[in-house]
Amino acid sequence: MSAPMADQPVRNTKVMNRFDLTCRLVAKLKHEEAVVGGIGNTNFDLWAAGRRPQNFYMLGSMGLACPIALGVALAQPQRRVFALEGDGSLLMQLGSLATIATLAPKNLAIIVMDNGIYQITGSQPTSARQADIVAIAAGCGIAASHWAADEEDFERLVDVALTTAGPVLIAVRIDDKPGVGATRRDPAQIRERFMQGLGVRQPI
Amino acid sequence: MGDDAEAAQPATSSPVWHEIVLHTLKRNAVELVPYVPDRVLTPLIESLHADPFFMTFATAREEEAVGILAGAWMGGRRGALLMQTSGFATLANVLASLVVPCQIPLIMLVSERGTLGEFNVGQSLVCRTMRPVLDALAIEHHTLTRLDELEFIVDRSIKQAVATQAAVALILSPLLTGGKVLA
Repeated sequence: MSAPMADQPVRNTKVMNRFDLTCRLVAKLKHEEAVVGGIGNTNFDLWAAGRRPQNFYMLGSMGLACPIALGVALAQPQRRVFALEGDGSLLMQLGSLATIATLAPKNLAIIVMDNGIYQITGSQPTSARQADIVAIAAGCGIAASHWAADEEDFERLVDVALTTAGPVLIAVRIDDKPGVGATRRDPAQIRERFMQGLGVRQPI
Repeated sequence: MGDDAEAAQPATSSPVWHEIVLHTLKRNAVELVPYVPDRVLTPLIESLHADPFFMTFATAREEEAVGILAGAWMGGRRGALLMQTSGFATLANVLASLVVPCQIPLIMLVSERGTLGEFNVGQSLVCRTMRPVLDALAIEHHTLTRLDELEFIVDRSIKQAVATQAAVALILSPLLTGGKVLA
C-alpha cells in the first residue's frame, strides 16, 4: 500500500528506491570510503548492497548515523565518509546538522532517504511530510545541500560529493518499499570489522 | 619565617581540578572533546578550547556527542564527553543500544548536579537516576571527591576503558568542584 501523497507539497523530484540508490552509491566507492547506515531499512539495504568492511550498520541509537559518520570523518580526514539516514531518523537529531555545518568536515556527505513514513514500524507518517530536508540542512549552514531529481542526478551528486570539499547533503525521495536484506545483529562483530576496514585494527 | 613561607607554597601552587583533568586527558591522547556545557565545567571547557591539542566543541545534545565519539573511536581517535547530570539522563538508550553492545570505550565526565546544596528540584530528582542507570548497564563509574585522588582515578579509568573496551563515567562531585549554589 502506498503512502498517501496528496497532502505533500508538489515537488519535481522523482520517487526512487532506496536499495537501487544504495547500490548506485556503493558502485561508485573505489577508495574504501566509509559508509554508516542508519537504523532499520537504511542499513538493511546497505547490507544487501554488499558487505564492505568499510560499512557500519547501526542497529539501535536511532538518529545517530550522521553523528557517527561525523566522528569517523574527524578521525580520518583523508577518507570520504557517507552517512545514510532516513527522514524519521534525521528528525530525531536535527541538531546534528548544525554541528556538522559548524565543524564543516570536508570529507563528509549525508544522504537522506525521505519517504515521509516510518516504513519499518507500519508506515506511519513522519512529521517531515511538510518539511523540506534540504532547506533545513541549508538553514543549518550546510550550503551544499541538494535534492536529487532522479537517479542520474543522484549519481551526479555522489560524484560531486566524492570529488569536492564537503560537507554535502543529498536528499532523495524514495518509495515505501521495505529493505531488501536483514543485517546480522552482531554489534561487536560489526564494530570490529568496521575498525579493520578503516585500518584501525588488524584481524587476530 | 622561611619555614612558614615554604609551608604556604603548596597551597598556592597546587593545581586545581580542571588543570589535572586536562593534563590527564592529554597524557592519554584523549583529544576530541564534545560537550553540552555546565557552569561548573566552564573553567575546564575554557582551558580545553584554549589548548590546540584538543578539538573542543559543543553539540546540540549529549546523545549526538556519544555518536560522534563512537565514530571517532572506530576511526582511531580518542575523545571524552563533558556534560552535567541532566544530560547524562538522556543517554540510557544510546548506552544500551550502541556503546555497550559495540564495546565502545566511551569516557564520560559528568558534573554532578542535584546533590550537596542543590536548589533546583528537577536537578535533584534527575540526579537519582544516574547511578541506577550506570549500575543497570554494568558501566564502571567513580565519584570524584578528592583532589589528591583525581589524577589517579582519571588516568587509570581512561586506560581501563581502552584496555577493556568498556565505557566509564567519572562523576565530578561538588566536594571536588565546589558545585553550583544559588547566587
